[in-house]
Amino acid sequence: MITTLSEDGAPQLAPDPMPTRQEVAGFGFYLYLLSDGVLFASLFAAFAVLRSATAGGPDLNSLFELKNAYFETACLLTSSFTCGLAMIGADRRHLRQTQWLFLATVILGLLFLVTEVRELVSLAKNGFEFSNSAALSSFFTLVCTHGLHVTAGLIWLVVSMAQIRVKGITPAVFRRLICFSLFWHVLDIVWIAVFTFVYLVGIKP
Amino acid sequence: MFGKLTLRDIPFDQPIIMGTCLVLLVAIAGILAYLTVARRWIWLWKEWLTTVDHKRIGIMYVLLGAVMLLRGFSDAIMMRSQLALASHDHPGFLPPEHYDQVFSAHGTIMIFFTAMPLVVGLMNFVVPLQIGARDVAFPVMNAVSFWLTAAGALLINLSLGIGEFARTGWVAYPPLSELTYSPGVGVDYYLWSLQVAGVGTLLSAVNLVTTILKKRAPGMRMMTIPVFSWTALATNMLILAAFPVLTATLAMLTLDRYLGGHFFTNDAGGNPMMFINLIWAWGHPEVYILVLPAFGIFSEIIATFSGKPLFGYRSMVVATMVITLLAFTTWVHHFFTMGSGADVNAFFGITTMLIAIPTGVKVFNWMFTMYGGRVTFTSPVLWTIGFMLTFTLGGMTGVLLSVPPVDFTLHNSLFLVAHFHNVIIGAVVFGVFGGLTYWFPKAFGFALDERLGKAAFWCWFFGFYLAFVPLYVVGLMGMTRRLNHYDNPAWTPYLLVAWGGAMLIFVGVMLQITQLVVSIRTRHRRKVGADPWNGRTLEWSVSSPPPAYNFAALPQAETLDAYWVGKTTGIVRTFQVDGEIEMPKNSSLGFFLAFFAVLGGFGMIWHAWWAAEISVIAIVALLVRESWDEDDTLSVRPV
Repeated sequence: MITTLSEDGAPQLAPDPMPTRQEVAGFGFYLYLLSDGVLFASLFAAFAVLRSATAGGPDLNSLFELKNAYFETACLLTSSFTCGLAMIGADRRHLRQTQWLFLATVILGLLFLVTEVRELVSLAKNGFEFSNSAALSSFFTLVCTHGLHVTAGLIWLVVSMAQIRVKGITPAVFRRLICFSLFWHVLDIVWIAVFTFVYLVGIKP
Repeated sequence: MFGKLTLRDIPFDQPIIMGTCLVLLVAIAGILAYLTVARRWIWLWKEWLTTVDHKRIGIMYVLLGAVMLLRGFSDAIMMRSQLALASHDHPGFLPPEHYDQVFSAHGTIMIFFTAMPLVVGLMNFVVPLQIGARDVAFPVMNAVSFWLTAAGALLINLSLGIGEFARTGWVAYPPLSELTYSPGVGVDYYLWSLQVAGVGTLLSAVNLVTTILKKRAPGMRMMTIPVFSWTALATNMLILAAFPVLTATLAMLTLDRYLGGHFFTNDAGGNPMMFINLIWAWGHPEVYILVLPAFGIFSEIIATFSGKPLFGYRSMVVATMVITLLAFTTWVHHFFTMGSGADVNAFFGITTMLIAIPTGVKVFNWMFTMYGGRVTFTSPVLWTIGFMLTFTLGGMTGVLLSVPPVDFTLHNSLFLVAHFHNVIIGAVVFGVFGGLTYWFPKAFGFALDERLGKAAFWCWFFGFYLAFVPLYVVGLMGMTRRLNHYDNPAWTPYLLVAWGGAMLIFVGVMLQITQLVVSIRTRHRRKVGADPWNGRTLEWSVSSPPPAYNFAALPQAETLDAYWVGKTTGIVRTFQVDGEIEMPKNSSLGFFLAFFAVLGGFGMIWHAWWAAEISVIAIVALLVRESWDEDDTLSVRPV
C-alpha cells in the first residue's frame, strides 16, 4: 500500500501496482522449485533409510572416490558463479559478456556431468549396479535425478543461448533467463546437500 | 512393434468388460459422427481444445470429473452387487482377479480422476472471478494441466479394454505391487496414469498459488479475500508440498519394476514399510486437498443463502491454515497396526484428534452463519445442511478410529471404509454438487432445474446412509474390506441394505443426468442475469456467462464481501481501462503434450520403448517451440 492524496487533499491508501509479468513468472517458478525441493527431500529420505541396506555388499562410502566429488563440486559451484555473471551481463544487455559466460556455464556443467557419468559407469562395471541392493538403488536414483535435472538445465541453457543469438535479449527471453538462473542455483544447492549427505557423511577417518 | 502387447491382452472372454467397451466405443463414435455432420470440428478446436480461458478449462475439468464419476460409480455398484450375492456357495459374478481390479480402479478413479478434477475445475472457474483477476497467472500452463489430467484419465480407461488394471488397491502397497507379485501391466497402468496426471496437478498448484498471491485486483488485501479463495490457496499450497512426495514414491516403485531396483522389494535390502510411510505422507494431505475446497464452497453457499456475512471470517481463515499445517502431522494413523509401536502411535493419535478442532471451529461458524439469518432452502443449501450432518458424523467416526487400540480392531474393516466414504461423500461430493448448482448459472447463463436437483439430493442423502451405515455395523462385526466373498450369514442383511442404498444413489445420479438434460433443453426459459442468488462476492458482479476478460474494468475491492457492500451502499468503484485489454492467445500446447504423454505412457506400460522415446523427444521439441514464441497475447476491446 502506498499513500497518496485524493482529490480533496486527504491522504488515502493507493494499492500497490500490479506485479509485472516477470515478477509473476519468477514467483511461480520459485514455487515450482520449492516443490522440486520436496521431491529431492523424499529421495534424500529414502537414501537415509536405505543407505546401509547393502545386501551384504560394502559400505557405500568405501565405493566413492572423493576426488571426483570434489571436482564435480568445484565445477558446479563455479558454473553458478559464471551463471550469475552472465545474468549481470544479460541485465545490462551486454550480449557478448552474456553468451561467453553462459558458454562457460555449459562447459562446467558438462564437465560435471561427464565426471559423474564416468564415476557411475565405473561403479557399474565393477559390479555395483542399481539393481544390486536397496542402498545402490537409492544412491543411483538420488544422484541421477540430480544429474537429469542438470542435463535438462544444460539443454535449456543451450536453447536460451540460441534464442539470444537469434532474437537478442527480449523481455520474454530475459524473463526465462531469470527462471533458468533460479533453476541452476537451486541445483547447486541440491548438489551441496548430495555432496554432504551422500559423499561426506559416513566417511571413516 | 507394440512391445509385449498382443491381441490376447484384450479380454474378449469377459462379457462385462466387452459390453462396457462396446457401449463406450459406440458413444465415442456417436460424438465423432455428430461433430462431423454438424461441422463443429473447427469450433471444437478453437473454442475448447486450444482454449486457455480459466472458465472453459474449469468446465472441461468438471466434465471430465463427471464422466469419471460414472465409471467409478459403476465399479461401486458392481462391488455392492457382488457382495449382495456372494455368500456361502454362491461365488457371485466377479471372480477375485476381476473384483480386485474393480476395487482398485474404484479408488484410483474416484480420488484422482473424479474428486480432484471436480474440485480443481471449480477452483479454476471461480477463483480468478472472486479475486478480481482476468485469468490465472499462467493461462497456457493451466491448459497443459487440464490436458495432462485428461491424458492420465485416458490411460486408466484404456486399461479396461487393453490389458488389465492393478489388483493392489488404490495405494498399491509393495511387495504386492512389485514385479514379483504383480507381473502384469496393471500396476504399470496405475503408475503411468498417476504420474502424468500428477504433473498436471502440480503445475495447477503453482498456477493457483501465484494467481491468488500476485493477481488479485489492486487493493484486495489478504484478509478480504473470499473464503473459497482462501481455501483454494490452502489447498494448492498442500498440493505443492505433498504431490512431489507421491511423484517420488511412485517413481521409486516404477524404478523397482522397470530397472530391477530394490527400494521396496522383499529382498536385497528393500523396505516396503518405507513405501507405506511415504505414500501416506502424501495420502493424508491429499484428503485435505479434497476437503478444503468443499469447506470453502459451503462457506460461500451458506453466507449467500442466509443473507448474512459468514460468521467468524478470521477464525475460518486461521482454522483453514491450521488444518493445512496439521495435515502433515497425522499420516501414521493410516497404519497404526503396522508396527510403529505404542509411543509413535500415541503421538499420531493425538495429532489426529487435534486436527478435528479447527474443523469443529468451521462447523460452528457455519451454524452461526445460519443463526439469525433468513435462510432460503435452495438445493445448494440442502447439500450444505446434508454435509453438516453427514460430515460431522463421519468426522466423529474418524476421531474414534484415531484411538490406536480401537483402530487395532477396526483397521481395514468395513468400518474404516464407511468412515472415509462418510467424510468424502459428505464433504467432497456434497460440496461439489452444491458448488456446481450454485455456480452453474454463472458459467452458462441459465439455472438448473431446482425440483430435480432437490429430488437428486434426497436420493443421494438417504442413499448414502442406507449404503454406508450397514457397513459400519458389519465392520464392527468383523468384516474386512476388499472381500469378494464371505461366509458369515449375519452380515447378509446388512449387505443387502447397502446394495439398496447404492441403488438409491443410482436413482439420484439418474435424476442429476435428467436435471442436466432437461435444464439444457429448457434453457431459454431459465435464463439468469449476473446475480441470480443475491450473492456477496465479485463473481456475481459480471454477466452470466462472464466475458472472456471477466471484468471490463477491474474492481476496487477493499472490503470483505466487496460486491455486497457495493450493492448495499450503491457505491461501486473500478479501475478505469483506457482502450484495450491484453488477453492470452489460444494454444495447442496442452493438447499435443497430452497426446505424447498418452503415447509415451502407453509405450512404457507395454514396453514399446520406441513410443516412449519418440514422446520424450516430441515433448522436448514442443516445449522448445513454445519457449521460442513470444507473441502470445492479443488485445481485445471490452464491450
